[in-house]
Amino acid sequence: MALQYERDTGTPLRSGALISLTIDGLKIEVAAGTSVMAAAALFGTQIPKLCATDMMEAFGSCRLCLVEIEGRKGAPASCTTPVEAGMVVRTQTPRLERLRRGVMELYISDHPLDCLTCSANGDCELQSQAGVVGLREVRYGYDGANHRAAPTDSSNPYFSFESSKCIVCSRCVRACAEVQGTFALTIDGRGFGSKVSPGGTDFMGSECVSCGACVQACPTATLNEKSVIAKGVPEHSLVTTCAYCGVGCSFKAEMKGDEVIRMVPHKAGKANEGHSCVKGRFAFGYATHKDRVLKPMIRAKITDPWREVAWDDAIAYAAGEFKRIQKTYGRDSIGAISSSRCTNEEVFLVQKLVRAGFGNNNIDTCARVCHSPTGYGLSKTFGTSAGTQDFKSVDETDVMLLIGANPTDAHPVFASRMKKRLRAGAHLIIIDPRRIDLVETAHVKADYHLPLMPGANVAVLNALAHVIVTEGLINERFVRERCDLNNFESWARFVAEERNSPEATAKASGVDAKTLRAAARLYATGGNGAIYYGLGVTEHSQGSTTVMAMANLAMATGNIGRNGVGVNPLRGQNNVQGACDMGSFPHEFSGYRHVSDEATHEIFTHLWGVPLSSEPGLRIPNMMDEAVEGSFKALYVQGEDIAQSDPDTQHIVAGLKAMECVIVQDLFLNETARYAHVFFPGSSFLEKDGTFTNAERRISRVRKAMAPLAGMADWETTQAFANALGLAMNYAHPSDIMDEVAKTTPTFAGVSYARLDELNSIQWPCNAKAPLGTPIMHVDQFVRGKGRFMLTEYVATDERAGPRFPLLLTTGRILSQYNVGAQTRRTQNNLWHEEDVLEIHPFDAESRGVRDGDLVSLASRVGEISLHAKISERMQPGVVYTTFHHANTGANVVTTENSDWATNCPEYKVTAVQVRRTNHFSDWQENDRSEGFSLRRIMEEGVHAAE
Amino acid sequence: MTRIFIPGDSSALSVGAAGVATAMAKAAKARGLEIEIIRNGSRGLFWLEPLVEVVTPKGRVAYGPVTAQEVESLFAADFLAGGAHAKFLGDIEQLPWLKNQQRLIFARCGLADPLSVDEYRAGGGLKGLEAAIAMGPAATVEAVLASGLRGRGGAGFPTGIKWRTVAGVAADQKYVVCNADEGDSGTYADRMLMEGDPFTLIEGMAIAGIACGATQGFVYIRSEYPHAFAMFEAAIGEAGAAGILGPSVLGSKFAFTLEARLGAGAYICGEETSLLESLEGKRGEVRAKPPLPAIKGLFGKPTVINNVLSFASTPWILAHGAKAYADYGLGRSRGTQPFQLAGNLKHAGLVELALGVTIRRLLDEFGGGTYSGRPIRAVQVGGPLGAYFPQSLFDTPLEYESMLAAKGMLGHGGLVAFDDSVDLARQARFAFKFCAEESCGKCTPCRIGSTRGAETIDKIIAGKDRHKNIELVRDLCEVMADGSLCALGGLTPIPVLSALDNFAEDFAREPALSAGKGTGHGAAV
Repeated sequence: MALQYERDTGTPLRSGALISLTIDGLKIEVAAGTSVMAAAALFGTQIPKLCATDMMEAFGSCRLCLVEIEGRKGAPASCTTPVEAGMVVRTQTPRLERLRRGVMELYISDHPLDCLTCSANGDCELQSQAGVVGLREVRYGYDGANHRAAPTDSSNPYFSFESSKCIVCSRCVRACAEVQGTFALTIDGRGFGSKVSPGGTDFMGSECVSCGACVQACPTATLNEKSVIAKGVPEHSLVTTCAYCGVGCSFKAEMKGDEVIRMVPHKAGKANEGHSCVKGRFAFGYATHKDRVLKPMIRAKITDPWREVAWDDAIAYAAGEFKRIQKTYGRDSIGAISSSRCTNEEVFLVQKLVRAGFGNNNIDTCARVCHSPTGYGLSKTFGTSAGTQDFKSVDETDVMLLIGANPTDAHPVFASRMKKRLRAGAHLIIIDPRRIDLVETAHVKADYHLPLMPGANVAVLNALAHVIVTEGLINERFVRERCDLNNFESWARFVAEERNSPEATAKASGVDAKTLRAAARLYATGGNGAIYYGLGVTEHSQGSTTVMAMANLAMATGNIGRNGVGVNPLRGQNNVQGACDMGSFPHEFSGYRHVSDEATHEIFTHLWGVPLSSEPGLRIPNMMDEAVEGSFKALYVQGEDIAQSDPDTQHIVAGLKAMECVIVQDLFLNETARYAHVFFPGSSFLEKDGTFTNAERRISRVRKAMAPLAGMADWETTQAFANALGLAMNYAHPSDIMDEVAKTTPTFAGVSYARLDELNSIQWPCNAKAPLGTPIMHVDQFVRGKGRFMLTEYVATDERAGPRFPLLLTTGRILSQYNVGAQTRRTQNNLWHEEDVLEIHPFDAESRGVRDGDLVSLASRVGEISLHAKISERMQPGVVYTTFHHANTGANVVTTENSDWATNCPEYKVTAVQVRRTNHFSDWQENDRSEGFSLRRIMEEGVHAAE
Repeated sequence: MTRIFIPGDSSALSVGAAGVATAMAKAAKARGLEIEIIRNGSRGLFWLEPLVEVVTPKGRVAYGPVTAQEVESLFAADFLAGGAHAKFLGDIEQLPWLKNQQRLIFARCGLADPLSVDEYRAGGGLKGLEAAIAMGPAATVEAVLASGLRGRGGAGFPTGIKWRTVAGVAADQKYVVCNADEGDSGTYADRMLMEGDPFTLIEGMAIAGIACGATQGFVYIRSEYPHAFAMFEAAIGEAGAAGILGPSVLGSKFAFTLEARLGAGAYICGEETSLLESLEGKRGEVRAKPPLPAIKGLFGKPTVINNVLSFASTPWILAHGAKAYADYGLGRSRGTQPFQLAGNLKHAGLVELALGVTIRRLLDEFGGGTYSGRPIRAVQVGGPLGAYFPQSLFDTPLEYESMLAAKGMLGHGGLVAFDDSVDLARQARFAFKFCAEESCGKCTPCRIGSTRGAETIDKIIAGKDRHKNIELVRDLCEVMADGSLCALGGLTPIPVLSALDNFAEDFAREPALSAGKGTGHGAAV
C-alpha cells in the first residue's frame, strides 16, 4: 500500500447513465455499473474492505464489505453488487457490525500479533480495518491451526514476501494478472492451506518481472519494500515523474527527510494510472550511488588526472575555453548536445545558450539517434512531429499493429495496458524480426507475426498497402474528406504496382505473402486500428520512409483522429518528446519551427535581444565528422553519453579526442567524460523542479525531492555557464523558463506550472483553442490541413549480409536495464542482466560450433567485440541480437555509420556481422578497459595542495 | 438366443457384476447355450445388485443379488426359462419398491443397453426433443417455465426463468453446461443416469440449447466417475452418429454439439461458478455474482448451467406437456425428484417420486429400517450440507419450502440415515471438517471459519468452556451463513445448527462418554 492516502473507491469507477439510490439515508446519483462500495466511497462513506482496491475488478473474497439492501436476502458484498435504481442500502447495522467483527476475528486468529515491530506498522489495512470494525477479542484463541511459521522469501532484491502475514486476499495475484498481465502469481492449494505462490518457486526464479504491482496491492506487510523494512514507513511524499522511458509514469516519491524510501506509482497519473515497472518503481538507488561525482572538475588534457575545483572556477574555465576556441576557430567551431533525460526547461536553456550565446545553431539532441525520423515522417504527412493518441486510447483499439517495438521490455507499463486490451479481445499484428514476448505470452497471442529480415520495413509496409489498395479496403470517405487526393492517387498507383505485392516483396522481406495479406485485411477491416512503433522503425537507413509508410496506412484506412486508432511512436526516453519540442534540433526552434522562418526568428530575436543565425547547425554525426576533420573544436554535452550510445564508437572517440574542450555534464564519469576537459556534476530528477513530456505529448511535473547533491541543478549550471559566456540569464525557478517557452511557442501557449498543478498534466497543443490540452490529434482535420500521402519506394540498405559478414545484427534493450545503463547498472537491476549477451538462433550457433554461454567474437566491417552467446529461438536464422546496456561490451563498436537518408538517425538495427567462437576479448575492449582506467583518474586531495 | 441383463453400472460393478457377467458367459459357453449379455444400467435397487434379468418366453424376470459363485446354480435351476431359485425375484417391476415409484426421469434406466439409440427411441426417447424442435425456442422455454421445474442441483431456482434469461441475451455464442460434478455424499442419481440412460441427459441438453440459442454444450463430470465419463463420451459419439447432435439436430435447423469434460477433483467445482472457472482451465474458485452465469458465464458468454436431473427432466416435460409434469408435486415444488437413499438402511437405492413425499415414508416404506437393525436416530437430507433431522421431524414433506421451514434443504435429494449410535457433536464437527477440506479458500468465513469451527467443537466435546464455545459456534455460523461467498460456506451451518438444535444432548455429554460414540452407520455402510 502507499503512504499518501489516495482515495480508493474499492472497485473501478464507471462512466454511464446516472442512477439514483439511497445509501444510509443519503440520496445519491452515480453511473450505472458502479459498485455499491464505490458509490458509497464517492460520497464519503468508507465501507470496510480488505480484498477490494480500485486498481482491480471486484473479487468479493474478504467479506468485510457486506451491506444490507432493502428487499434482498442476506448481506450482499458491496464490492460485487452494482448499484440499481431505487436501491436502499444500509452500510451500518447491528448485524453487519457482528458479521464484520466475526470476519475480522477469523483473520486475526491466523495472524502474527507483532504489530508494533511489523514493517507495515501504521501503514497496514488489516490493522486499520481491525480498528474500524472494533474487534476487541479473538475468542478462538491463538493455539489453533495457523500460518505464523510460514517462510519469508527474500529473493527479490527490492521486496520481501513474508508469507506468515498473508491474509490470502489475492490482491497480489490479481494485480499480477489484471494490472501487469504477467500471471506470475497464483493461489496454491485450497481452503485453509491456500497460499500465494510465485508458481512453486521463489520470486526471483519465477516469471515475476518485479513491476511492484503486487507490493503496491498488498494490504499488509506481506509484500513490502525492503527499504521500508530497513528504514521504516516514510513520513511525507511528493508527486513527480519517472526519469526512465517515454511512458512517463507518475510516481509519489515517499520520503523520510530528504531520503527517498520508495517510489509508488500515482493513481491519478494519466500515463500509468497507478502502474509501474521494475525501473521506475525500484531502480532509483543510482541517484545516491557512490559513483556520483559531486564536485566540478577540470583538466587541460584528457591524459591528465581530473582536478576538483569550485563551481565558479569550473564555469570560468569552461567559458574561457569556449570563448578562446570560438575566437580562434570561428563561430561555428563550438556546439552543444542537449539531453532527453533532462527537463524541458533545461533543454530549452541549452538550445538558447547555443542559439543566443554561441551565435550558431550547432545544437542537437539524442533524439537524433532514436526518433528523429518520427519527427520528419509524421510532420510531412500529418503536420506534427508527435504521436497522435493518448495511451488510454488503446483501450478502444480493436487491432493493434506493432512494428519494431518490444513494449514488454522497453515500455512495460504501456505494454500492460496493451495486454489488458488484448485479453479483452483486441487483435494483434506484430512486425518484428524477433519473436518478442507479445508474439505469445500469458493469455495474449498475436494473430499474425510477420518476422521480417532487418531492413525490410518499407517493403513490408508497401505490401500491406498493396493489399489494402488492390483488394478495395480503402476507407474512401475518409480519404476523400480528409486527405489530399492527388497525393493519394499517385500513392495508390504506386503501391498497387505488382513489385509492391506481398508475393513480389516476400523474397526481400522474408515474410510469407499469405500471412501478410491476412494481416493487411485484419488491420484494414478489423475495427479501430492503431499503429504502435519503436526504434525498430526509425533506426534504419529508411527510417523516415517507414514512418511515412505507416502514416499512409493509417490514412488509407481512416484510422486517424479518434479514440482507438492513430500512429504512435513509443518514445524511448523520458523526455525525448520534450527535448524535440523544446527546439534542440539544429534546424528548428521550439515547436518545430524552422530556424529560417522569419516570424519565429522575430519572436526570439526580439525576446532574447541578440541576432540569431538562420542557417541550420550541425547534427551530431556532422559534429563528429568535422571534429575529426579539425574544424569543430568544442562541445558542451549535457546528460548524454555519445561514446557509448552512438554508433561506430571508434569514430565518435576519434572526434572527441580531436576537440580542444569537451564539457560533460552528468551524474557519473561516463564514457564520454573520458575524453572531456570539464566535468559539471549533474543533478538527478529527484534534485530539481521541471517538466518531462512523454510519448503521448503529456507534460508532467518533475518535483524536487532533495537538494542537488552537487549544489546546482542542471538548469542552474547552464545558466551560470551562459552568464559566464556573456549571455545574461536570470531565471529564479524553472517555472520562469516554462513561461518563456509558453510565450514563444504557440503549441505551449497555455502551459504554466500553475496550470500543471491544477490539471495534473497537459498534452500539447495547449493554447486558447485547446485550453485543457489535446489527448487526440487530427480530430477534425490534420494539423497540416489535408493529410498527405507520401511515396515510399523501398530501397534496400547498403548494409547486407555477405560472405564475410553473413549474419544481420539488430540491437535493442531489455526490461531491467535502461539504455547505456548509467542508472540501472548502479542498481540491483543487474541481478537480472549483468552483461550484454549475443542472442543467436540454434542453427547459426550449431553451424559455428557455438554452445550456450560460449565467448564469441562479434565482428562487423567497422569493429569487433567479444561477448557471451545465448542460444535463443526468439531469433530467426540469420539474425543475431544484443543489447547496449554495458559500456564494456561496446555493442556500438560494431554498428556502422549508415543512417536514415532524411535525418541521419543511425542504422542501429542492421549491421552485417560474423560470429565465431573466441577465447579472448577484442582489442578494442582490452584498450577500452585500460583507457577506462587511465582517462578517469581523479587527483587525490593533498596531492593537489602539494603541487 | 436368450437375452440376459447384467448391469454395467458402477454400483453393480462394485459388488461384483463384472465377475457375474464373465461367469455367465463362461457357463453358457460350456453348456453350448447361446446367450446375449447386455450390460444395462442399474434399476436402483442396490441391495439386489448384481441384479440379473433374463428375458424368458414368459417375460422378463430377475434374480438378485447374484454372486459369480451362484451362476452355476442359476443354470442348474434353468434360470433362462425363469426357473425357481433362491434369488428369484420375478418381474422386478412388480416389486412394490419399484412399482410404487413415479419414474419420469428414470423411466428407462436399467431397461436396456444404455448406448442403443434404437432402444432409447423405442422407450419413448427423443419425443421431447422433437417437440422442442417443432414448437421452437420461445415455446420450449415457456413449456419449461409452465412445468414449474426448479433446479435439481439443490438451489431450486426455476429452470424456465434461467433459460428465459439466457434466451433473452444477445450474444455471438452461448453455452449449455451440465453440472455433473455430483459430489454430495449419499447421492448418485446423476451417475446412475449417465451410466444407465445417458441419452436422456443429451436430449435434455439439446432441448436447452435450442431453447436458449446455444450451440455448444459441456458436461462437467466428476473425476471420481470414470465409468460415467466413459459411458457418456460413448453416448455423445452415438448421438452424433444418429444425428441427435451436430450441425442439424434431428435434421432441424438447430445445431448443437456436446463435449464431456472430466472434473478437476474438487467438491467446490460442483458450485456452478467454480465449475465454470474449472471448465475454462483455471483453478476451481468461486466467482462473485453478479454477473450471473446466465448473462456472463462460460468464457464470459451467456450460459445455461443446470444439474443433470434438471436437464433430464425436460424431455418428459416436452414430450408430455408442462401440465402433465406440473400435476406431480406439492405446493411450489412441482414434478418428481429422484431421492437417493443411503447410509444405515436396509434397502438403499434410488426412489423417484413426486416432490412432497415425507421423510418417514421414504425411510419406512422404501428404506426398510436400518441395516444395523437399531432404531433410526437421525437422517441427513440434502448431502453433507443438509440438516440432521430427528424422528420428530420425519413427517416433513420433501419439497423446497417445507425443508427450508424446517431449517434444512432438499439439496440434490440424498438421504443418509443414522442409527442411535450416532454422536451428532461429531457430525457437527464433520460438517466443519468437510467444509475445511473442500473450501476453495477464496472467502474468509469459509477458509478460516471452517477450521476454527472444527477446533471449537473439539473444545466443546472436550468439555472446555462449553457455554462460551457453543455461543462462539453459533456466532461463527451466522458469519459463515451470511458472509460466505458461496453455498459451501453458507450452508455448512445447516448441519451444525441442526445438530445443535435437534440433538443438544450430544453436546452436553461427559467427555469420557462421548469418546465411545460411533458414526451411526452401524456395522456396515
